[in-house]
Amino acid sequence: MPQPPDSTTPAAVTLRGVRKSYGDVDAVAGVDLEVAHGEFFSLLGPSGSGKTTTLRMIAGFELPTEGTVLLDGRDVSKLAPYQRDVNTVFQDYALFPHMSVGENVAYGLMVKRVKKQERRERVAEALRMLRLYAFDNRRPSQLSGGQRQRVALARALVNRPRVLLLDEPLGALDLKLREEMQIELKTIQREVGITFIFVTHDQDEALTMSDRIAVFNVGRIEQVGTPAEIYEHPASVFIAGFVGTSNVLSGEAAAAITGSPDRFTVRPEKIRIAAPDAEVGAGDCSAEGTVRDVVYLGTTTRYIVALEAGVDLVVVQQNLTTSSMEALAAKGRRVKLVWDRQYNRSLDGEPSRDNQEVTA
Amino acid sequence: MSTPTASAPFGARRRLSAFFYRHRWLKLLALLIPPLSWIVVVYLAALVVLLATAFWQQDELSGQIIHTFTWDNVRTVKDDPTLHAVTRQTVQMAVLVTITDILLAFPLAYYMARVASRGVRALLFVGVLMPLWSSYLIKAYTWRLMTGDAGTINWALAKIGLGPLHIAFTTTAMWLAFTYIWLPYMVLPIYAALERIPGSLIEASSDLGGRSWRTLRSVIMPLALPGIAAGSIFTFSLTLGDYIMVDLVGGNKTDFLGSVIFRYQGIANDLPLAAAIALVPVIVITIYLLLVRQLGAFEAL
Repeated sequence: MPQPPDSTTPAAVTLRGVRKSYGDVDAVAGVDLEVAHGEFFSLLGPSGSGKTTTLRMIAGFELPTEGTVLLDGRDVSKLAPYQRDVNTVFQDYALFPHMSVGENVAYGLMVKRVKKQERRERVAEALRMLRLYAFDNRRPSQLSGGQRQRVALARALVNRPRVLLLDEPLGALDLKLREEMQIELKTIQREVGITFIFVTHDQDEALTMSDRIAVFNVGRIEQVGTPAEIYEHPASVFIAGFVGTSNVLSGEAAAAITGSPDRFTVRPEKIRIAAPDAEVGAGDCSAEGTVRDVVYLGTTTRYIVALEAGVDLVVVQQNLTTSSMEALAAKGRRVKLVWDRQYNRSLDGEPSRDNQEVTA
Repeated sequence: MSTPTASAPFGARRRLSAFFYRHRWLKLLALLIPPLSWIVVVYLAALVVLLATAFWQQDELSGQIIHTFTWDNVRTVKDDPTLHAVTRQTVQMAVLVTITDILLAFPLAYYMARVASRGVRALLFVGVLMPLWSSYLIKAYTWRLMTGDAGTINWALAKIGLGPLHIAFTTTAMWLAFTYIWLPYMVLPIYAALERIPGSLIEASSDLGGRSWRTLRSVIMPLALPGIAAGSIFTFSLTLGDYIMVDLVGGNKTDFLGSVIFRYQGIANDLPLAAAIALVPVIVITIYLLLVRQLGAFEAL
């Protein structure tokens, strides 16, 4: 179980004012972060948001231009990767093609001169944990993508690092395998109790697996929190849009609904579709419009409703009793959208983030 | 769709194209006949005839080759102690040149493939390839001049208060010249091999605790081995068969296989014996390739 960071024991990983510049460009523009022991922590963000560079600075492949990286309270900012007690699972797995699966997994122990007997036992244990026992003598080229992925995990975990860094490790797998690996990763993490730092651009993946998430945007962290906090209380327009889909309303459109032009957001699954003449309860918001488009998604249907105020709202409904015929027939219909006022999230007071501020 | 006049030739072409699509082996054959016949007739057949000559006899008076089988030539080669010494000298030189070239080429190729910026890399490429643009003979004569007692090497050594070296027409001069002339053939394959190694493999080794030396030994070297093997096949076999350097830079003071073959064929006009001697480098190279394969150099290909 993750322990909350406190003042007596240092966090597993601490970043203080970490910045990484390439020429005039800041890939990471000042990041502060604390990751607790045993935590499954995700760095989430679009490509180019600085999440991978941040991970590489924890691993030691990149040295920060400014700021400090602490592992267990020890400053490792200027140390080489082989001097840090962390291991990495690479996006392309980076398995040594000229070594067997067993040799790949044993590499870290061999380099550290672990005795042969212990080495053999630990490799066997790691292979067993990842269901790779039968592949000991195979070459990586003889394995499937999912098997290579597990070899990469075994090769890192066998060293029992303080922190395991995972750089979009599931990106190359197909959807079904990815979902299986998400569960397996989570199980393994609980079993070994090692802190995992997981880089991903897939918000579903981050929400599914993480204890906490840091959302990156243009080189900065916009929000750190549990999946529920990030999803239900997005701290910025960017997060509201990037994590799940969100309706962001402001100005005239917002005023027509709430009476105030302040910007707010509401999740598509919180909105109900009602008849144009339906009653609206005291605690509810409502807006009238026309269904512009219907996307049938199997378990849910997505309706795009054009409001009279001139903006589109996305509504997602479970297909509990609706058939696809009924759902698709809604196109062009006039409707009233109703939702509980408490699901409105105000986004004001958020500092505006643009590129100028980041590079300054 | 179109008028009959326009569609007729188009239709014929389309029919031909469809015919070749259905009979793909015919298309393949048509495309491969010119290069295949070149290789078979000009290279392989000529080689076979040359090697077959080793087992033919020569009329002593007329010098005509008589197409009757004999072991005599091969036996002469096998039993001649002078030829044994020549073989030993040649193989020694080929090995020495190959090792020197590996030592020079590997760091250079590594720098080009993994460290240098694009501009520096292009510059180094030109530097490595430029010697190939000029004639072999010019380079051989240049080395003859450079290694002379009053040559560039001694001139440069004198400038820094060293020398003079008396290496003119010695095996040392040949070693320098061979090392120079075959170096590009070593740099390019090693460069190609190193360039193909994903950067993440080197990072992974470092991540797993491997310092630079360990990473070089356990990850980079094994993956560069096919390139080193390919390069060494060039430097080894090119040195093994050369006779021009032996003459121009070595002054023909030391006999090499190439120069002996040249003498028997060109001067003594004993083609069968020359062919029999030519079997020696073929056998040496075959043994060398088997050794390289034993080292596992072709596994990573």
